Amino acid sequence: MFKLNKKDLRTLIIVILLALFAPFLLNPFPTDSALAQFNAGYPDLMQRFVIFGIFAVGFNILFGLTGYLSFGHAAFLGAGSYAAIWMMKLLTMNIIPAIIISVIVAGIFSLFVGWISLRRSGIYFSILTLAFSMMSYQLAYSVLTPITGGETGLQPKVNDPRLLDGALAEGAIPKANLFGLDMSQSYDMSLGAWSFTFNSGYYIAAAFLILSFYLSIRIFRSPFGMMLRAVKSNQQRMTYTGLDPKPYTLAAFVISGMYAGLAGGLLVAMDTQAGAERMFWTASGEVVLMTILGGVGTLIGPVLGSGAIKYMENIISKINSDILHTWFAFLPDGLENVIVAIIYPFIGKGWHLTLGLLFMIVVIALPGGLVEGAQRLSRLFKKGKNKSNENE
Amino acid sequence: MTKSNFTRRGVLRTGAVAGAGLSLPTIFTSSASAFTNEPQGGSVTLGFNVPQSGPYADEGADELRAYELAVEHLNGGGDGGMMNTFSSKALRGNGILGKKVEYVTGDTQTKSDAARASAKSMIEKDGAVMITGGSSSGVAVAVQALCQEAGVIFMAGLTHSNDTTGKDKRANGFRHFFNSYMSGAALAPVLANAYGTDRNAYHLTADYNWGYTTEEAVKDSTEALGWNTVAAVKTPLTQTDFSSYIAPVLQSGADTLVLNHYGGNMVNSLTNAVQFGLRDKVVNNKDFQIIVPLYSRLMARGAGANVKGIFGSTNWHWSLQDEGSKAFVRSFGTKYGFPPSQAAHTCYVQTLLYADAVERAGSFNPCAVVEALEGYEFDGLGNGKTLYRAEDHQCFKDVLVVKGKENPTSEFDLLEIVEVTPVEQVTYDPNHPQFQGGSLGSCNPGA
Repeated sequence: MFKLNKKDLRTLIIVILLALFAPFLLNPFPTDSALAQFNAGYPDLMQRFVIFGIFAVGFNILFGLTGYLSFGHAAFLGAGSYAAIWMMKLLTMNIIPAIIISVIVAGIFSLFVGWISLRRSGIYFSILTLAFSMMSYQLAYSVLTPITGGETGLQPKVNDPRLLDGALAEGAIPKANLFGLDMSQSYDMSLGAWSFTFNSGYYIAAAFLILSFYLSIRIFRSPFGMMLRAVKSNQQRMTYTGLDPKPYTLAAFVISGMYAGLAGGLLVAMDTQAGAERMFWTASGEVVLMTILGGVGTLIGPVLGSGAIKYMENIISKINSDILHTWFAFLPDGLENVIVAIIYPFIGKGWHLTLGLLFMIVVIALPGGLVEGAQRLSRLFKKGKNKSNENE
Repeated sequence: MTKSNFTRRGVLRTGAVAGAGLSLPTIFTSSASAFTNEPQGGSVTLGFNVPQSGPYADEGADELRAYELAVEHLNGGGDGGMMNTFSSKALRGNGILGKKVEYVTGDTQTKSDAARASAKSMIEKDGAVMITGGSSSGVAVAVQALCQEAGVIFMAGLTHSNDTTGKDKRANGFRHFFNSYMSGAALAPVLANAYGTDRNAYHLTADYNWGYTTEEAVKDSTEALGWNTVAAVKTPLTQTDFSSYIAPVLQSGADTLVLNHYGGNMVNSLTNAVQFGLRDKVVNNKDFQIIVPLYSRLMARGAGANVKGIFGSTNWHWSLQDEGSKAFVRSFGTKYGFPPSQAAHTCYVQTLLYADAVERAGSFNPCAVVEALEGYEFDGLGNGKTLYRAEDHQCFKDVLVVKGKENPTSEFDLLEIVEVTPVEQVTYDPNHPQFQGGSLGSCNPGA
């Protein structure tokens, strides 16, 4: 089906199911329980999961297939965001033109950056892309303030032109929509002590994730994908056989740039603002972490990696010492304080530390990322089953 | 001839399915409320969104201390702090409208994206009915716009740029802190008194929004008093060594240097300027002078002895001797062991003002709160008589002009108050050119 082999189809179906049932999967704890702190099923975070999933899936097409490590992909995300927000300010609050233009702008921008950066490979390529993204950040932050809003960024305002939209009702504020369907519209379902939120914006973003994921599978399995793998394994040999790797790498670069632009456009569609920070080099580094954490060159890895990082950023960082004290209140006072003091550096603002440890563990013990971890587990499981079969 | 398909089993099955369908809405009830996050039960949640990492982490930590103190006081703990000196007596130490105040915290990382993500999780997940905090104007503007969309109240923390209550003002957002224009208007007369009216000023400006508005404000006010602006040079925000920017100052013939820098920028540029011996120079028969429009204690501590005798402005200082300030410094000092910063003060006051507005309005509904705060006059919160102006949701109060102390007695006693500029002198028209291009819109209660 869909011109996929059985294994890929299974992966695609897993992603579709994960995306559809995320509101349930991410809210496993009853709302009033102490563990509700770990629930992640609120619209904003669910949207971020899928949007950064798209970003990482796109990045993986470049990094996973060709081995070219770009440290500047956040620049394309940012360019896409600015393009989208300008569409919303000038044309309409409907997200379709915004998303289309964000992909196009990011594509053109990445063509330019890729055309220059791909003259070098290895570390020099990484540094060039890093330089480009920091240049874009600096431009957006100060020099281009009239276009980008500088430090304060851009938001749609009541008195923007918005040529295609009718005049706003008195007192109304412009909201991103899809032909009238408000992106922030949610339906809360409470089932006993549990509550689940279904958000329209999330499902639209999830639809884009599924599409992007499908496209990425097709690229991985296509002759074009094979060429990209050839670039990774031995570029010299490829040149000797008479093939020029440059068009292939450039195409991969532009495709992954367009994925980044799509992610940027979706970010704006879900949360209507664009700021320069999302072009900062740490944002570029984050997508590299996501891909490596999940598993470079695997299909589903980047999605898992982005989920893990966004979960830590938004959930672990919100645990403060007060919450810790309530958790361990059942212990004697002295012991409670000792345990809180031990855990405290790893929560709240220390979430980077937790992430760093996880990253180290993954890189050292599971070079293939979370995907390798899952594979090992399933092998272990199968082995156990086989053994028990033999015993019978 | 018609053939009927009604079988007993079929009818029963259809009936059962229809019945289940009809009863669905009663199982999946989501309580309807009049506005976003209407507090249910005996508690109300506030969201404290402060920088816990990044360049302003120190200020964020102080803001959080102030918020925790405010919550303690609102719930009737501690000595009550400024609740005793506040001109409004609506707060009685039994929470807000009888509901116990609880809070959630988040890290803005001084990035708009992170700040909005953290504020959104407070609104969507934790049910916060008010968001407050922040230590930069970029974050304040971004979060203010978000709160307007979501239908909750935003009480800005430390944000000094004109834009927050100028071109980016929002109906659901309120700012107690002063702004660039007020700094300029308060400083100019003091400077004219101290240094004369025929100075040639050279500006070094941090290359982002806050820098621009501050440069414009100081330039306008000093030029109105006869000063001449020789040049205004933008410096990158990430610059740490300003020597290449200081050298041209002397060749330009300027006799005054204005540093529109904040935080680490200011610490470095001021240190460089002093090291270059700028303050010992005599230009145009006048002693060379340096000015820092926005001071904070944390900056003064960073720059050390270099701040001695340098003029600047601040929103509040712990050495003020009015009853409100004394009460606040006392309870903050008792709890944490050192005096509060101006960031802590504005955050504490904002929390009390919000709680008070809810009490007076009798409702948590954002529109009722907006109505209660607009045009509200109060006293006893450390800045004298203060007005929350209805046109732009900016507080109007006296502004402090301060100077680096010559003989500091402790690491907190670094600034001395030169003059308390009366509020009339810093008041401006809502349509002043530095504030144009925005509109409040109307309050949004959300759902």
